[in-house]
Amino acid sequence: MIHSLIAVAVLALSAFAVATFPRSVLVFLLFQGSLLFVYKARIPERLRWGLLAIALLVLMPAIGYFNSYYLEVATQVGIFVALALGLNIVVGLAGLLDLGYVAFFAVGAYSWAIFGSPHANIIFGGEGFPLAGWWFYVFLFVGLGTAAVTGILLGLPVLRLHGDYLAIVTLGFGEVIRVLANNLDKPINLTNGPKGITPISRPPTPFGMPYGEYFYFLALAIVIAVIIANRRLEDSHIGRAWEAIREDELAARSMGVPLVRMKLMAFACGASFAGVMGVLFSAKQVFINPESFTFLESIGVLAMVILGGMGSIPGAIVGATVVTVLNLQVLKGFSLWLNELKNAGVTIFGFSLADLPTQFEPAKYERMVFGIILVLMMIFRPQGIFPARRRQRELAH
Amino acid sequence: MDVELLIGIFPQVLLDGIILGFMYALIALGYTMVYGVLEFINFAHSEIFIFGAFVGVEILLGLKSVGLLDGLPWPLVLLLVLAAGMASSGLLAVTVERIAYRPLRGAPRLIPLISAIGISFFLQDMIRLFESLWHNAFNLVYPTMDVLNQRFELTETIDVSVKSLVVIGAALLMLWALYLIVNRTKVGTAIRAVAEDQAAASLMGIDVNRIISLTFLIGGAMGGAAGVLFGVQYGLINPYSGFIPGLKAFTAAVLGGIGNIPGAMLGGLVLGLLEAFAAAYLSLLTNGAFGAEYKDILAFSILILILIFRPKGLLGEIVRERA
Repeated sequence: MIHSLIAVAVLALSAFAVATFPRSVLVFLLFQGSLLFVYKARIPERLRWGLLAIALLVLMPAIGYFNSYYLEVATQVGIFVALALGLNIVVGLAGLLDLGYVAFFAVGAYSWAIFGSPHANIIFGGEGFPLAGWWFYVFLFVGLGTAAVTGILLGLPVLRLHGDYLAIVTLGFGEVIRVLANNLDKPINLTNGPKGITPISRPPTPFGMPYGEYFYFLALAIVIAVIIANRRLEDSHIGRAWEAIREDELAARSMGVPLVRMKLMAFACGASFAGVMGVLFSAKQVFINPESFTFLESIGVLAMVILGGMGSIPGAIVGATVVTVLNLQVLKGFSLWLNELKNAGVTIFGFSLADLPTQFEPAKYERMVFGIILVLMMIFRPQGIFPARRRQRELAH
Repeated sequence: MDVELLIGIFPQVLLDGIILGFMYALIALGYTMVYGVLEFINFAHSEIFIFGAFVGVEILLGLKSVGLLDGLPWPLVLLLVLAAGMASSGLLAVTVERIAYRPLRGAPRLIPLISAIGISFFLQDMIRLFESLWHNAFNLVYPTMDVLNQRFELTETIDVSVKSLVVIGAALLMLWALYLIVNRTKVGTAIRAVAEDQAAASLMGIDVNRIISLTFLIGGAMGGAAGVLFGVQYGLINPYSGFIPGLKAFTAAVLGGIGNIPGAMLGGLVLGLLEAFAAAYLSLLTNGAFGAEYKDILAFSILILILIFRPKGLLGEIVRERA
């Protein structure tokens, strides 16, 4: 009982605090922490899920009313949670290290970007494009399908490779997709090259909802669908087969696990989540270009999976949230804070902060964040902060 | 199609390809030596390579600021810069191995690879951080030396710059020295022994950890030398410009047969030539439909094809599989 009261109080207080100080990054972090607290607290299951539902369905949009940027952050977190869950299938469950994962995200994004903008007229001629807004919902599935097919196409030739070779080839594949996106503005203009595609249509929103809220709820719905799919897969014979392949390929094969089919399925499943989110991403951004789909993004998603714990669904969610918030809020917040100090003419130990070089921008050091996460996790806690149950049991022995 | 033009640029493209090839060969050695000993892709090698280039530019800028750049004889300057680049990259490689790879030895294969990716990203931003604080810029230009930019004509259409010759000469010298170390010295024998069988080597009284460190030192030094030569040849460097050449050099190492030192040299040259020709001719032959950027796709396609159809590479032995 006391736990339930504390959980409710923590959530209510942190939400109230955000409403009172809508500009404070620290308070928003506190709110996110309270969600984690509710998830981990020893309270009845019904209350737990009820509180989380209230927080995500009511409190978060309400916070967005006070500071719309936070809703944007939450939507980004949603996108990356889906990506991390998709990569979690490939890396965490099946044990295939994919370093070009963002390519599938790109495939989804470009599929809607091309047909949902006037750009398709250049390819097919005529005036028929962009497609009407409701096609967006169809394209969520088209993006899913296209990405899954791309996953199978990549999977087919590389299935014979193992471990680190597979990793490098998927990296190469990711780069190939990016270079193609950058250069396919000739001979046929498919992607409009580095200039990117814009304007990409957005679907009509129900009840005249603003787009900020609309994309937040859509991302949330997709994330929930992805989580359910993930959980079902994990406990199915497919998920067992994946884990068997990860642990020992030879043994799995001897037990009658169809290696080729299972590996292809892992690639296809992982890719399809990224494809759906790619479609949402392109509609949300209205503009996309190849810069959004670099190796850096692939490693970012990998860092999320590793931080949370390979093969662990709650791990992937927490990892994606922490890394996204680190990038979008902590690094940027630090940058802004430093600028304020500079403008205020603060000196530390006789060194005036205003003399800091202009090129020194803390917000730009995403790579360092990813790098530190990867190295520290590998050395000190390779199972991640929320290890998968099966792995936890393994390590307990 | 202008056939005369196609033939006319041929020697120049050949020369560019050879220079690029030697660059790849030097970097590929770092990948291949480490892979030979540990069966591990040192993903951070591309940053160890570009670190050498940054040490080189710092020294050149330092010499320039005290007015010694044109005061000292140029071979001495070059030698100094090369030595410094090699030493610092070699030491960086050894440090990285000690901190991020050695604790993970014996872990499943992907664990050290992920750690190496992390180190690679970390080093990129560390270089950026340092240069931003130091120069307030992280895109740095190599100071030019007049002697190196002189060109002399071989024929009416082809000319060679001094720096190209210097790059080729230095690369050849380095490869020859490495060949001698690995094949003619006691240390080289120890390296080969550890690559062959670590347990047996340690029973023969070889300090395996020391030899692994030494392998990183030599591989890193070759990478550092390549970094300095890269800077001298192409002029502009930034903390992220090591990544793609690193990946290409890894491709070269695989192409030649990973773990095989002559293979890395051969693979580097072949890849450099292929790339130079692709960059020069693709656009001409397809009337501009496919630009020079497709050379990256060519390199990665080669990597994928080699790994699928001939994973032992051109000269390599069969790659053993390990769970």
